Amino acid sequence: MAFAAFGTSTAATEQAPRRRSPVAIILLLPGLAYLALFFLAPLVSLVITSLQAPVEFGDVGQYQAAFQIENYAKVIQDYWPHFLRAFGYAIAATFFALIISYPLAYFIGVKARPWPLLQAVMLTLVIAPFFISFLLRTLAWKQLLSDDSAIATLLKNLTILPADGHITGTAFSVIFGLTYNFIPFMTLPIYTTLERLDTRYLEAGSDLYASPATTFWRVTLPLSMPGIVSGTLLTFIPASGDFINASASFLGSAQTQMVGNVIEAQFLNLLNYPLASALSVILMGLILLIVGVYVRRSGTEDLL
Amino acid sequence: MAIGGFAEAGADLELVGISKRFPGFTAIDDLDLTIPAGSFFALLGPSGCGKTTTLRLVAGLETPTVGRILIGGKDVTDVKSFKRPVNTVFQSYALFPHMTVLENVAFGLRRRGIADPVGKAHEALRLVELDHLAARKPQQLSGGQQQRVALARAVVNRPALLLLDEPLGALDLKLRRQMQLELKSIQSEVGLTFLHVTHDQEEAMTMADTVAVMNHGRIEQMGAPEELYELPKTAFVANFLGQSNLFTGPVTNSGGSSIVVDIAGVAVEVPRERAQRHAGTVTIGVRPEKLMLHTSAPAAKAGTNVLGPGRVTDVSFSGVSTQYQIAVLGIGLVTVFAQNMVFGPVVNLGAEAWVAWSVEHGFGLADEPEHAPKFSPDTDTATIAAQTRHELLAEIEES
Amino acid sequence: MKLSLGRWLLPVYAGLALLFLLVPIVYTFVFSFNDSVKSNIVWVGFTLDNWTGVCSAQGVCAAFATSILVGVVATIIATVLGTLMAIALVRFRFRGRSAISLLLFLPMATPEVVLGAGLAAQFLSAGVAKGLGTIIIAHALFCVSFVVVTVKARVASLDPALEEAGRDLYGSATQVFLRITLPLLLPGITAAALLSFALSFDDFIITRFNNGGVETFPVFVYTAAARGVPAEANVIASAVFIFALVLVIVSQVTAAARRKRLAKLG
Repeated sequence: MAFAAFGTSTAATEQAPRRRSPVAIILLLPGLAYLALFFLAPLVSLVITSLQAPVEFGDVGQYQAAFQIENYAKVIQDYWPHFLRAFGYAIAATFFALIISYPLAYFIGVKARPWPLLQAVMLTLVIAPFFISFLLRTLAWKQLLSDDSAIATLLKNLTILPADGHITGTAFSVIFGLTYNFIPFMTLPIYTTLERLDTRYLEAGSDLYASPATTFWRVTLPLSMPGIVSGTLLTFIPASGDFINASASFLGSAQTQMVGNVIEAQFLNLLNYPLASALSVILMGLILLIVGVYVRRSGTEDLL
Repeated sequence: MAIGGFAEAGADLELVGISKRFPGFTAIDDLDLTIPAGSFFALLGPSGCGKTTTLRLVAGLETPTVGRILIGGKDVTDVKSFKRPVNTVFQSYALFPHMTVLENVAFGLRRRGIADPVGKAHEALRLVELDHLAARKPQQLSGGQQQRVALARAVVNRPALLLLDEPLGALDLKLRRQMQLELKSIQSEVGLTFLHVTHDQEEAMTMADTVAVMNHGRIEQMGAPEELYELPKTAFVANFLGQSNLFTGPVTNSGGSSIVVDIAGVAVEVPRERAQRHAGTVTIGVRPEKLMLHTSAPAAKAGTNVLGPGRVTDVSFSGVSTQYQIAVLGIGLVTVFAQNMVFGPVVNLGAEAWVAWSVEHGFGLADEPEHAPKFSPDTDTATIAAQTRHELLAEIEES
Repeated sequence: MKLSLGRWLLPVYAGLALLFLLVPIVYTFVFSFNDSVKSNIVWVGFTLDNWTGVCSAQGVCAAFATSILVGVVATIIATVLGTLMAIALVRFRFRGRSAISLLLFLPMATPEVVLGAGLAAQFLSAGVAKGLGTIIIAHALFCVSFVVVTVKARVASLDPALEEAGRDLYGSATQVFLRITLPLLLPGITAAALLSFALSFDDFIITRFNNGGVETFPVFVYTAAARGVPAEANVIASAVFIFALVLVIVSQVTAAARRKRLAKLG
């Protein structure tokens, strides 16, 4: 359910009870093997690499197996601001994406129900950004918010922005970019849940003396919680690891570096594999913690 | 009446000149209706007759195109539904799935700031004998239990007017009978005004003080159940409420206390005050249970109409009574319900039979015979076909 | 319809939100017509040259072709693996269901940096050279879970009576699967394949860690971003956008037309 955002909400018909059969293993084995080899094993690799020590007198990028747990201490010591920034930006982007997406999803899923054609058109527009490379989308915003752009000029004329101020390269622009890029991820799950909302509950609320605002707060919102949780996870997790928006080539600057930027730089440019791996392991661990809380609440059956 | 407190007693409802038009069709056409306070009123009619729309207008879930709605003398036409002292028991129950049964029942009380909502909710649940399930969620309850919770949720607010939208539709026969009695007793105990919408004529007649039969957005006839049943004024009412034998013929004599109608050569009498029209071609009728079956030609008697001879074409045993169909030459099929006072049928299939009834039991309809339908709406094959097609389309649409 | 402020607030807001979403798309499209020389930042003039000579910019078409190739192969792998697993999950009972669900769910919950770095670390320690092969492997990996989710929904909505009828009519298990189950699942499998392709085509982060110099389209844009993305990249992106949009519109229109035809038949 959590990630059925990408599927149409088809109602499940009553299934025959599941059968026990050796066929199940045959169907599962290829996929499971693939995942074991290319998902689980890499995660293990990361942990192993994170503990490696540099080869003495070796070249840059040469490491040997070790148990240098001090790597982690160093990582936390040096890069805790980046973690803070990553989660901070991600939380902010998630929050803004939520308040922007919810009314949109509500309009399409509830108010626009009498006009299915309009719903289809609006949904297409919501996912339209997916069809344009997300790098180009972000670059477009970089141009549109750059110092000599129309928007910046306008803001400077209105003295909202100081004459020598920037929009790009700030925390604002990074959060802006993250929010923009993840609005569809937030809108679709919320839409899916709201689309299934039985408006008779809203009528019952009104019949029982609840004003429209109260009905929303006590009936609609609780019933749309699954969609909100899905959307939040789908936004927060990728956003916290993102490094495009925060990159200096896009909407960020040297001051807005997130954990993802460091991992990229360390792994691909500086070839400091243990450092990059340690950062990845910590990031993954923190994310798993958050997801773990969610899973304990709703069980694993609902995950897919 | 204040929303803050409970209503002292039911209030009366007035619908004045209500019309509700949707693009393409008119659901309700110039409806006038007054329901006195404290009464149990049933709005009866087939699907699509406008009864549910009427209910939703009273609840405030729709606004009328034209007309005014008054509750307890106060014009509420422009008052939003959450401000009206009206509660609805929905056909689908609409119990909030994310709240417990108790919270569902307490919902309306909390919104109005009534003191001790939990205590009052428990009381209402005790009334429907479900207090032991107060902590469950609606999905964990059976259909009948959900229906009772929906009732409790509405009744606990002591609204001036309680609306019931086919609330017993999903229940099996035994439970339905039980709930009918319970509803009736709650209504008289608490003194609320009930407006019950249903397509089940037996239910309407059992529970209501007054029944209004609706057809195509208009009320065809309104009155006490017995009145409607024994003296229907239109063919629709005659056929929708129970079954009727209808005969059409010209009026040959309209002097005196009865009118005489020529039915296939037989002079049939109908009491003058029970006939809506006294001239021209009229449709008259008599209820099947009022007919007496004779195996030989009965002697002519004043005050009795006789039709026959005919042949028995069908004998159907249904426990309490047996239904006979007699084919009478020149008239068609006549249906007779005979109470099973003895074992076995009174006449056998294929036998010759005569039917007779007291003149005082006959009635004359207001319909122009050209428009009078020969078959009741439920057996109209065109309607059934159209309805089935509609349902199939809806199914395809959903999948 | 009452013209009160409340009634119009939400539709207007929704319209504005959608316009907001479209801004970069319009920008990218407009600038694909820019008569730029090197960097496509300042508007110079309108030209169709970029569209007619889209491959004249160095590396653009090669990157695009690479992305297509990777997308197709990765989609095939992911769709096959994912469909089989989806069928197993819905139709069969087996131990370890929770664990397997979790395993399928985790790649979707893992930040792309971690997936990318992990795979890269693994290839590194295994001594595998990074290139086209590693890109395809990586893409198939993160697409599998999405395929499972999509196909699973479709399998769950299949009426089991159809397959039972097949068996009742003397079909063997394989025949039922090939002639009844698979064709009925086709819409779901197609949707999953399209989703998988779209995800693969647009992927950057995981590719970046595992490409070993091979340029897919997003990688090309990223490396070009520093010095100036050529307008031809905008052309490709716009063309893909229009193609995808047309695809969606066509599928919606045919679905609506089919509904209308069915309605007429009744």
